[in-house]
Amino acid sequence: MREKIVLDLGKLPLHGMGTASVTWWGTLAFMLIEGTGFALVIAVYLYLMSLATAWPINTPPPDLLPGTLVTLILLTSLIPNILLSRWAEQQDLRKVRIGMVMMSMIGTLPLIVRIFEFPALKVSWDSNAYGSVVWTLLGLHTTHIITDLVDTLVLAALVFTRHGRSPRRFGDVQDNAMYWNFVVATWLPIYGCIYWLARL
Amino acid sequence: MKQSAAAPEQRDIDVERAQLTDALAETWKTPSGLWGALATVDHKIIGRRYIFTAFVFLALGGVLAALMRIQLAQPEARLLGPDRYNQIFTMHGANMMFLFAVPVMEAVAVYLVPLMVGTRNIAFPRLNAFSYWIYLAGGALLWIAFALDMGPDVGWFAYVPLSGPQYGTGKRADIWAQMITFTEISALAVAVEFVVTIFKQRAPGMTLDRIPVFVWAMLVTSFLVIMAMPAIVLASTSLILDRLVGTHFYNPAEGGDVLLWQHLFWFFGHPEVYIIFLPAVGMVSTMIEPFARRPTFGYLGLVMALIATGILAFGLWVHHMFVAGLPRLGDSFFTASSMAIAIPAGIQIFCWLATLWDGRPVFKSPLLFIIGFIVTFVIGGLTGVMVASVPFDTQVHDTYFVVAHFHYVLIGGAVFPLLGAIHYWFPKLTGRMMSEALGQWSFWLIFVGFNATFFPMHILGLEGMPRRIYTYQPDLPWHGLNLFVSLSAVILTAGFLLFFINVMRSARFGEIALDNPWDAPTLEWATTSPPPSYNFAMIPVVGSLHPLWDDRDGLPVADGLRTDRRELIVTTLATAEPQAREASPQNSIWPLWAAIATTIMLIWSIFSPWAVVWGSIPAAVALIGWFWPKGTPEDES
Repeated sequence: MREKIVLDLGKLPLHGMGTASVTWWGTLAFMLIEGTGFALVIAVYLYLMSLATAWPINTPPPDLLPGTLVTLILLTSLIPNILLSRWAEQQDLRKVRIGMVMMSMIGTLPLIVRIFEFPALKVSWDSNAYGSVVWTLLGLHTTHIITDLVDTLVLAALVFTRHGRSPRRFGDVQDNAMYWNFVVATWLPIYGCIYWLARL
Repeated sequence: MKQSAAAPEQRDIDVERAQLTDALAETWKTPSGLWGALATVDHKIIGRRYIFTAFVFLALGGVLAALMRIQLAQPEARLLGPDRYNQIFTMHGANMMFLFAVPVMEAVAVYLVPLMVGTRNIAFPRLNAFSYWIYLAGGALLWIAFALDMGPDVGWFAYVPLSGPQYGTGKRADIWAQMITFTEISALAVAVEFVVTIFKQRAPGMTLDRIPVFVWAMLVTSFLVIMAMPAIVLASTSLILDRLVGTHFYNPAEGGDVLLWQHLFWFFGHPEVYIIFLPAVGMVSTMIEPFARRPTFGYLGLVMALIATGILAFGLWVHHMFVAGLPRLGDSFFTASSMAIAIPAGIQIFCWLATLWDGRPVFKSPLLFIIGFIVTFVIGGLTGVMVASVPFDTQVHDTYFVVAHFHYVLIGGAVFPLLGAIHYWFPKLTGRMMSEALGQWSFWLIFVGFNATFFPMHILGLEGMPRRIYTYQPDLPWHGLNLFVSLSAVILTAGFLLFFINVMRSARFGEIALDNPWDAPTLEWATTSPPPSYNFAMIPVVGSLHPLWDDRDGLPVADGLRTDRRELIVTTLATAEPQAREASPQNSIWPLWAAIATTIMLIWSIFSPWAVVWGSIPAAVALIGWFWPKGTPEDES
């Protein structure tokens, strides 16, 4: 059909940041999917707990030390992470490079401690339903740390290449930082569930 | 001109119309040949592929249904043994739900939504390509396993303990569970694409109250997918874990629980019905306008009904478990919510009736399918209200009454609108019209065949015939009706055959379609049939809910976009004000590699848990290849 020009879009920026970015919304949607997943596993935990005569089943509650240490590391990591996100917003490439290297190192710390967290559960996944659900909770969250760490490493390499100085890359850094916040935020209810509900 | 960029850039305003379309075609093209076909990210090509594949699965599922009807036409028939029959009804249900009904709705929307909101490609087009390959792999897994006598035989909802390690020996239940994973990954990916496309890529001026109802329906559906499908992924994964590494989620002896499976399954499974049904009602609300020759009555009511249905869908799942011995108070709550969902459904029905009542209906085949839908779906809805009552449900649970009910709801509520939609959007999909005469014939054969096949099943159910039996004895009072049902199924099959013939014939020899053959009001009809690779040479600017009816003197459009990179417009969520000229990714082969790597990992993990560790490495490599910038104008600017 015939067209009549009523609007000039030539002045618009070539890439949107924050809520004008489609990847920001995409990341949010994936967080909603994964958040639902976490909520459901916690629901399964509570469901099985409600059925059991004694909880945890035939085993003492998990050791607090490794899990609490992971919690502290994750909470502390929020500070450099939020700083990094701000630097990306200001499009300060030098600081973003430093921040990415920093977050790459900080992201590995909880994984190292987590190696000790699985034995601290004091139950195997195939001992009983309690063991199955706590291993699933911890495993699912570990997968998220690993995924975000790999993403952070790749992005850290990318900001040191010629592709680094681009609003698109700064947007990626912001989205990655947002996702790390999500990984930390989802840990808190899981931590409460695994370590404190088992002590009620 | 107005903005300086590093590279000399080419804009639509700098060139003549012919040069503009040439330049856009070059920028947005899918190269010919196998490589181009494998690497394309054009939502229209992928959408057509999705639709085609889903209809292949419909035909295969139909063959299974025909086999069951031949078997049940007479007592003690010998065509199928009990084991084969178990596989066949499981395959039929799983195939129709997971490989046909959900994907086909998303498939139609993958094609249409970007056109209807006036953008040039779906959000995350590479994810879209990936989702198709994953869907194809999941379907192939199920059907190849069936061909190897490894088809699942535990029913489409695979209840434990039947599907658990104790009774479900072999790999049949794992095939079912992993097919679920494939289709859910694909559905979740597409849902994310829709949410972002509808939130952020609507044409300037397409405020929330100017979004076509079908697009609203896809938005609500996508949120249902996002909130419901994680439940089935969790269910199928924990089932595989129980079977493979000895977890005890569903083992009561070690603190697990079999009802946990039913809760997880139906927390997904009930919204699943609306994941299939809401796109269908969206299609109806959109298609009815050009055939009633007036805007749909009660736009706000229709949209609110969609949202209300989406919310209520999560409060119904226990009505599938009324005979599981749950607390009475819980049952009462779910009875009430199951009846409450009839209210938004009723609002929609009355809106469509009012639209037709006040309009000047043109009884072309799409409208016939709409009317067939209204009649059939109302019957299915009424039996739905009946089985929402616990005492009644207890009586007919697991009988053919339930089989009749859900076929009325699913075929009546989704397949009729879908067939109407194919007739309606066929010109946009292919550039040719479907034959109206064959369309009318196929409608009447399907409508009569469907009702004659499925209505007597209500009576069979009330006479006590259980579902999922492979045969019955001659002294039971069921054989007369069963023979009638099987003969009626021949009429139904003939209708579907005629539909397929019409599609194939029209795709080659059909009358050439105009841009807007139905004089419809929505944006997909503003471009050519079929649309060019870039959808719109100039992005439309929307001023009303029916842009093509309200701007008959010329479509308002925007200029200022580059032609030398794939560019589209990002707008604000509520008011659709332009925010950015965003790049849309180029074609890429990496989504295919990522899908192959994921497929290997998922199938391998049926056999060994280590597959997840080793299999994730190639998947990660493929994902890095996918996202690593290639130095194109889309990556750089």
